[in-house]
Amino acid sequence: MTVHFCVHDEGDSAGVVVVEGIKSGQTLNGWIMDQDRMIEFPAKSDIPIGHKVAIKAIAKGDTIIKYGVDIGKAVADIGAGEHLHVHNVKTKRW
Amino acid sequence: MGINLKNATFEGWRRDNGRMGVRNHVLILPVDDISNAAAEGVARNIQGTLAIPHAYGRLQFGADLDLHFRTIIGTGCNPNVAAVVVIGIELGWASKVAEGIAATGKPVEYFAIEQNGDINTIAAASRAAYRMVKYATALKKTRAPMVDLWVSTKCGESDTTSGLASCPTVGDSFDKLWENGNTLVFGETTELTGGEHLVAARCKTPEIRADFMRMFDRYQAIVEANKTSDLSDSQPTKGNIEGGLTTIEEKALGNIQKIGKKCTVDGVLDKAEMPTHPGLWFMDSSSAAAEMVTLCAASGFAVHTFPTGQGNVIGNPILPVIKLTANPRTMRTMSEHVDVDVTGLLQKQMNLHDAGEALLDCIIRTADGQFTAAEILGHREYSLTRLYESA
Repeated sequence: MTVHFCVHDEGDSAGVVVVEGIKSGQTLNGWIMDQDRMIEFPAKSDIPIGHKVAIKAIAKGDTIIKYGVDIGKAVADIGAGEHLHVHNVKTKRW
Repeated sequence: MGINLKNATFEGWRRDNGRMGVRNHVLILPVDDISNAAAEGVARNIQGTLAIPHAYGRLQFGADLDLHFRTIIGTGCNPNVAAVVVIGIELGWASKVAEGIAATGKPVEYFAIEQNGDINTIAAASRAAYRMVKYATALKKTRAPMVDLWVSTKCGESDTTSGLASCPTVGDSFDKLWENGNTLVFGETTELTGGEHLVAARCKTPEIRADFMRMFDRYQAIVEANKTSDLSDSQPTKGNIEGGLTTIEEKALGNIQKIGKKCTVDGVLDKAEMPTHPGLWFMDSSSAAAEMVTLCAASGFAVHTFPTGQGNVIGNPILPVIKLTANPRTMRTMSEHVDVDVTGLLQKQMNLHDAGEALLDCIIRTADGQFTAAEILGHREYSLTRLYESA
């Protein structure tokens, strides 16, 4: 079975797409690595390889968690399955 | 199961100061930018030599000049170098560099261009280089235990796959090498931003932790003083963002995977400073690939491990750079730059232990003499770090 996205930890906000050509509407197989568990999830955006997919609904202002650690804040609401990147998440540093 | 590092050996050159080198370069080393032409002239004349032109060395002063000398001298002292011809515009600084390198016991001669001109300097330096190639090519290789191999790391053109797989692969190798008693280094001060607390927690003693945080805070102050934006065009880079990295914090957390799970940070180094005992060292350094790898070479490291996501192509004149990636698109489009393919990690076809073993195997093969992708492709980036304007 192809792994479409990987998640570091089950508490994370997003997973990383690890195959090319993911299209909106496609059902994705996700591997949560720390807990070694598979999940299934529909993509709600076209997402390039390496880019992130939100695995839960995120409200504007929420902290984004990856590796179980704060990696920035949402600057727009992000739906589960949507592309999470520089258009809707910003650093809290600098 | 895997490679038994206690029993494993590699074959290289034992230098007079006891350090093991894995390459045997005769270096033609310019002290300053205007001596590049003469250095390159010597390298054209004498086969088996390597000139390393660079952009600096004139009218620097204070700490910036100290760093210049430390980097140039450190490069000549590196155990991958058998002998050095130093060429500068003036005799004073050329002799200072030569004396610094001579402390290792290796042959070094120096030449100045003023009052000689390029042509006479090239002739005299070529005769010295000729003798050094005769000397270096007669040196016998010897077997040494793995613990004698100094290994550095820095990642570049990172993306999300770096933090998922290629950086953790280096981390697995570093955990094993650290337990074996090897000398290791990582750095990239600003690229720890967002994960600095995790590195601080790994520092072996409160004193090392305080030194690390002082270096980290100093670099943050430079960013704060000079930034014109949130650095979103530089950190993460355009390539990082194309690869899916969104913030500096996310990039940093991926970066930090390179120091594994077991290693403690056993000391801190200023730029181009040499470690004084085994263990994992943090070097306060730029995160720019060529600058950081150049500093690792100047600190005496013999093999470098370089995880990449989007496909950084970097090499170094004297420090073999091993590249690894977990990004299948990078493997599809530019595999000639990759030495270790760990894409299998993301499809559960390979586990981290196996990936770490594959990297260790490549480290040993590289130490034994196999060329890295960067060496085969002629990547010899030599980039000196500057601290501020010249006088």
